[in-house]
Amino acid sequence: MIAGISIYEILTLTSILFFIGIYGFFTRENLITVLMSVELILNASAVNFVLINTYLYPDLLQGAVFSIFIVALAAAETALAIAIIINLYKIIYSVEVKDTETMKY
Amino acid sequence: MDFSYTILIPLIPLALFVILGLFSKKIPPSISGWIGSLGLGTSFVLSLYTAYHYFLEGKLNGVYQTFIYKQTWLVFTDKLHIDLGVMIDPISVMMLVVVTTVSFMVHLYSRGYMHGDDGYTRFFAYLALFSFSMLGLVLATNLFQMYIFWELVGASSFLLIGYYYTKPSAVAAAKKAFIVTRFADLGFLIGILLISYYTGTFDFQDLTSTEGMLITGWGASASFMGLSVFTWGLILIYMGGVGKSAMLPFHIWLPDAMEGPTPVSALIHAATMVVAGVFLVARLFPAYYFVEDGFALQVVAYVGAISSLVAALIAITQTDIKRVLAFSTMSQIGYMMLALGVSKYEGHEGVGYMASMFHLFTHAMFKALLFLAAGSVIHAVHSNYMKDMGGLRKYMPITHITFLIASLSIAGFPGFAGFFSKDEILVAAFESNKLIYISSVFVAGLTAFYMFRLYFNIFWGEDRKYKHTPHESPLTMTIPLMFLAFMSIAAGYIPFSEYITADRMPFEAHFNLPLAAIASSVGIIGIILAYIFYKKPNELPERFANAFGFVYKWIYNKLYFDELYIFVTKKILFGIVGFSASWFDKNVVDGSMVGIGNVTVSVSNKIKGLQSGKLQDYAMSFVGGIVVIAMVVFYIWLN
Repeated sequence: MIAGISIYEILTLTSILFFIGIYGFFTRENLITVLMSVELILNASAVNFVLINTYLYPDLLQGAVFSIFIVALAAAETALAIAIIINLYKIIYSVEVKDTETMKY
Repeated sequence: MDFSYTILIPLIPLALFVILGLFSKKIPPSISGWIGSLGLGTSFVLSLYTAYHYFLEGKLNGVYQTFIYKQTWLVFTDKLHIDLGVMIDPISVMMLVVVTTVSFMVHLYSRGYMHGDDGYTRFFAYLALFSFSMLGLVLATNLFQMYIFWELVGASSFLLIGYYYTKPSAVAAAKKAFIVTRFADLGFLIGILLISYYTGTFDFQDLTSTEGMLITGWGASASFMGLSVFTWGLILIYMGGVGKSAMLPFHIWLPDAMEGPTPVSALIHAATMVVAGVFLVARLFPAYYFVEDGFALQVVAYVGAISSLVAALIAITQTDIKRVLAFSTMSQIGYMMLALGVSKYEGHEGVGYMASMFHLFTHAMFKALLFLAAGSVIHAVHSNYMKDMGGLRKYMPITHITFLIASLSIAGFPGFAGFFSKDEILVAAFESNKLIYISSVFVAGLTAFYMFRLYFNIFWGEDRKYKHTPHESPLTMTIPLMFLAFMSIAAGYIPFSEYITADRMPFEAHFNLPLAAIASSVGIIGIILAYIFYKKPNELPERFANAFGFVYKWIYNKLYFDELYIFVTKKILFGIVGFSASWFDKNVVDGSMVGIGNVTVSVSNKIKGLQSGKLQDYAMSFVGGIVVIAMVVFYIWLN
C-alpha cells in the first residue's frame, strides 16, 4: 500500500497502459513493436494482479504469485516470438506485418 | 453299392488343369499332351466302369436308384442349403460316358491337330478345365451346384473360343458367346431363385419327386399373368438352357464360336456343352411335365421344333463348313428339345424322353466325328470354305470314309446310329403332336440334304488349286476318327429304353416300321437331291438360289438375326435407353452433387476477401467481437 495513492489512480494508470498496448498492437507496422505492445498488455494485467492483491486482500499472496507467473510466461512467449520473427526474416528479409500476408487463401 | 469313387471323374481333369495351367511354361509340349490324354483316359475308363456297374446292378424292384454323395456347403435354412456332391442316376451316368468319351477322343486328336502351336500346353489346360466343369455339371446334386458349373462351363468355353486371342474375330466371337449365354443365364438365376424361394429347396431329388412341393404345390402357388410361379420359374430356368444350347432366339453365338480351334468345336459346341440345356430339362423333367399340366414343356417343344427347322434351313446356304456343322448342331439339339417337349411320363408314353437322351448320345458321337473330320480337312487344305475344297477323297481316304459314316448317321440312313435315335424322336412326335411331327420329318430331309451337300463338295467334284498336295492326317488324328466312326454305327444298337426312361422303369421300345420308312425315305430323297446338285459341278444350285431370290438371301444371312440384335442393342439399348439413362446420370445425379460443390465454391470465392492475412485485422475483429459481446452483456445485465 502506497500512502496517498488510492487504488483508483493506479487502476487508471494500468488501464491507460493496457489501451496503449491495444492501440500499438493494432497500428504498429513492425512485428517487433507489435510484440512490445503485447508485452505492455501483459504487464498492465500483471500490475493489476499485484494491485488488487495489495489493496483488497492484504493477507493473501495469490495475486503476487500470479504476477510472477505472468512474467515468466511473458519471457517464454517473447523468446518464441523472437525466434519466429528471426526465422521469418531469414526467409523474406523483412519484419513488416504487410509482408506476411502471402499465406492467405 | 458304392459309387463314391465317381468324384474322381471330375477331379482328375481339375488336377490336370492345375498342373498344366501352373506349369504351362515348364512342361514341354511333347509331355503335356500325353499328361492330358492319360488323365482323361483314366476318367473315361472310370466312367465306363461306372456305367457298367450302374446299369447292371443299379436297379431295385425294376427301378433305377439314385445315389447321392454330398457335402453341405452353404446353409440358409434347415431345408435350403447348397451342397456339393455327386448324383448318380441314369442320365448323369450316360452323360459321364458321353463327356469323357468325346473329351478323351478330342485330347488324343488335339495332340496331332495342335502340333507345333505356341499355346499347346495352355490348350490342354483349358480342355481339362472344361472337362472338369462339364463333369461337375452333369453330376450336380442341386440346382445351385449346377448353376456354378454351368457358369464354369461358360467361362472355359469363352477361354477356348478366344484361344487364338491375337485374332480380333476370335476375341469378338468369345465375347459374343459369353455375353449371350450370360444374358440367358440371368433367366436361369432368377428361375432358381423363384423356385427355391417357393419350394424351399435346391435339391434335384426334392424338386423332381412326385410328392414334392414343386409338383404338388403349383396350384396353390402365387400366379403371374395367368401362369403359376412355378411355371414361370421353369420357363426362366429353361431360358438358361436355351442360351447354352443355342436355341432360338439365343443361337447367334454358336456360328461365331467356330472361331475356336476345331477340336474345341467338336468337344464343346457339338457334343457336350451345347447339350447342357437338354440335360437341364431332362434333369427337371418330372417338374416340367407335372407343373401346370406341362405348360413349360410345351414351350420347350415349340422352341426346339422352331429352332431345328430354322437352323436346318440356314445350314443349307452356308459355305463355311464349320458353320454348316454349327447350324446342324443347333438343329439336332432342337430335335432333342422337341422330343423332351412332346414326351409323357410313364412307360412307353415316355418314349420322347428316352429318344431325346438316345439322340443326345448318338449325336455326340457322330457330330464330334463330323467336326474332327472337318478339322482334318481344314488341317490339310488350310481353309474353312467349301470353294477351296473338292476331290479330297483320293488324298484323305480315312477322313473320307469316317465323314461319310457320320453323314449317313446324321441323315438317318437305315442301320446307322442316327437312324435309330431319330426314329424314336419321330415316333414320340407322331404320337403327341402332328404339327411338330411334320416339321421334324421335313427337317430330317433338310439334314440329309445339307450334310451331303457338304460331303459332295468336300470329297467329290474337281480338285482345287492346292498350295501343296493335301495328305491324310497323322495316325494320332485318325484313330479318334475311326473310334468315333465305329461308335456312330454301334451306338444305335444300344437298347436305350432298357436304361434311360422318364420314370426310370425299363420298357419295350417298338420299332415303328411305317414311320421309320417315311423318315428314312425322306432322308434318302435328301441325299439323292444333294447328289444331283453337287456330285458334279453344275449350274443347278445357282439356278435355285436365283429362283428363290430374296428368300435365299434372307436365309443366307441367317434370317438377319445378328442384324436384329445389333439393332436392338446399338440403336434401342445404347441409343435410347442408354442415352437417356446417361443423360439422367450426368445431369440429375451428377448435376446435383456438382451443383452443391459449385455453390460452395462460388460463395467462398465471394467471402474470401474477409481473410486479409493481416494479423492486425484478425485482432481487430477479435477485439471488436469482445466489445460487442461485452456491450450486449452489460445491456442485459443493466436491464
